[in-house]
Amino acid sequence: MADTNPPRVMVLWIPDWPVVAARESGLLPATAPIALVARGAVTACSAEARDEGVQRGLRVREAQSRCPQLVVQPHDPAVDARAFDPVVATIEERVPGVEVLRPGLAVMRARGAARYYRGEARAAEELVQALGAYDARLGIADGVFAAEQAAYRTGVQQRSLTVPAGASAQFLAPLPIDALDDPALVALLKRLGAHSLGDFAALGAADVLARFGASGELAHARAAGHDPRMVTARTPPRELDRVVEFEPPLDQVDTVAFGYRTAADDFIAGITEAGLVCTAIRVTIAAESGAVTEREWAHPRHFTAAEVVDRIRWQLQGSGGALASPIARVQVSPERVDAISHHEAGLWGHAPDERIHHGLSRIQSMLGHEAVATAVAGGGRMLAERRVLVPWGDAPPAHAVQLAGRPWPGRLPDPPPATVFEQPRPMLVLDASGSTVTVDDRGVVSADPVWLCRESEAGRSRITSWAGPWPVHQRWWDAARRRRAHRFQVVDERGEAWLVLLEHGSWWAEARYD
Amino acid sequence: MLLSAAAPLTDAPSVRDQLQDRIRSMQATRLDERALPMLPAVAGLIPGGLRQGSVYSITGSTTLAMALIAAPSAQGAWCGVLGLPDFGTEAAAHWGIDLDRLVLVADPGRRWMTVAAAMTDVLSVVVAHSPERTSPADASRLAARLRQRGSTLIVLGDWPGADARLRVVGSGWSGLGHGYGHLTHRLLEVQADSRVGVHRKQLELAG
Repeated sequence: MADTNPPRVMVLWIPDWPVVAARESGLLPATAPIALVARGAVTACSAEARDEGVQRGLRVREAQSRCPQLVVQPHDPAVDARAFDPVVATIEERVPGVEVLRPGLAVMRARGAARYYRGEARAAEELVQALGAYDARLGIADGVFAAEQAAYRTGVQQRSLTVPAGASAQFLAPLPIDALDDPALVALLKRLGAHSLGDFAALGAADVLARFGASGELAHARAAGHDPRMVTARTPPRELDRVVEFEPPLDQVDTVAFGYRTAADDFIAGITEAGLVCTAIRVTIAAESGAVTEREWAHPRHFTAAEVVDRIRWQLQGSGGALASPIARVQVSPERVDAISHHEAGLWGHAPDERIHHGLSRIQSMLGHEAVATAVAGGGRMLAERRVLVPWGDAPPAHAVQLAGRPWPGRLPDPPPATVFEQPRPMLVLDASGSTVTVDDRGVVSADPVWLCRESEAGRSRITSWAGPWPVHQRWWDAARRRRAHRFQVVDERGEAWLVLLEHGSWWAEARYD
Repeated sequence: MLLSAAAPLTDAPSVRDQLQDRIRSMQATRLDERALPMLPAVAGLIPGGLRQGSVYSITGSTTLAMALIAAPSAQGAWCGVLGLPDFGTEAAAHWGIDLDRLVLVADPGRRWMTVAAAMTDVLSVVVAHSPERTSPADASRLAARLRQRGSTLIVLGDWPGADARLRVVGSGWSGLGHGYGHLTHRLLEVQADSRVGVHRKQLELAG
């Protein structure tokens, strides 16, 4: 099977990449034990945390009990991918044809590099030195799987490990079966008595295919040192980001925005040249104090240079009126791009939409980004929750759309009220003797409501008809957001209809049918 | 509008205002005005229909404003809501207003006039809460702009020189008893006060 021997490849691995990336984004301390979590379990942890017994897959509570000073942060895969990009760019300067297996793990063909640097060991040394800022490890072997395993078996002193050509099978044979990244298969093989990759590789390929199917056959080929995977090099993307550094840092919003104007023209020109349009950008603003604000801005169509400058201004204004610290650096990167041909104006143009967008953007520049909104239906039992405002140009939040699709049993019967108070207004509902109407724990009204008193108006009006109480009990398990209230519909003698809410003994107007 | 006998003749501004109203009403007939569609429930409420380039004022009902803009919105017009942070968008959708083409500006601050002008420039129909003070000069400037752009303004509250004033004079609900039922139908009696006279109409708005 010598002709099917896989090609020589190099795998570059940076241990604990999610932690390195999170630290680079500037939010986490450099030395404290750190754990990144997703869905209540640890997905990555720093070496300090590992020394205390924290490991992947542990529940957060268990991890915190093992290491009380643990800094816990939600894991954001987008940060990992974004931070790995400059690393890949650095590798590409030394060795072309890089494939990213996952953030923190890149693979490249070894042959060309070995010839250029006169030897695989020298090529490895060159890469380790180029990535001096990181703890980069290299494994060189036949096939991606063997090289990956070699990289995992390096140390801080010995940063690279070379498995000689044709020796991958011997290298892999003593490794534990857990190296195969397939928990179900690994558990089964252990029960069958195969505890090392060599034990598994010794089985007949035809038997493995018959017993474990195609995925088992692939794992078997890997264990035997015949990983069929090829390196599919990525095409290096164009550099479209534009960074402006201010020296000395600027402390006025307008001067910062003005200072970015030529860069914004350049940014849009670069995108247009690449045959693209940008429908979302990411603006990263670094202050002199080291604080970094980052935000994604979407656009209903695509950005022009003036609009990019507007977003920078809004982001600066959004951080609270005057700037807390002078601004040292502004970076704009394209977040979503689309082919320019999809956005070509029709023969007669898109005049009406264009005009509306222009007019509304003008109002936004007067009043601020949040001031102009469209509404989408939200989900929830309280009426104010069912109205979600989306600033003009932004995409509706995904969770709101998701909540709106749920059935919400027990919601108000139609027609919905025309006025829904953003903040409930205080009210009083009295019985015939003039005392406040209450509802007891069994949901029984103390007396018929007879009088309605509004805070804004003196005097009271007689209630002619009413219905209720309709209980609203929600999230009893959540101390901060639980609600226990009773709703009533009341109509007074003037024909005004209200939706009133009794919560913790006080009455509120939730909405008005006007 | 006839001069009320009760109004003292010495009240010069009010007499002048009323005369100006009369002049305006006699001038305002043009051929190029186009009517906007109206829901059957509110058809015939405004004599001559809801017209482009006009200003209407409504007192006492947000629902009525929703019912007026529902038909234009359903037919693809862009609508705006200005200065109404408590606007019930769920009710608007219930009336058939397309929320994708409904633009909300909750708080114009002190720039009511500028924002109203900017909104009416690009949107076909704008529902606005009346500002605290409006000078007749500002109002007529905005009205001229509306006529030029062909967009309609519906003001909730008072507005000097409105083409028609709609006022809720009676309101009743059905479906609700003493401790049972829920609101289903609404009976509205609306008085429309326009240059062709005063009309009263009963509307039944179903839930």
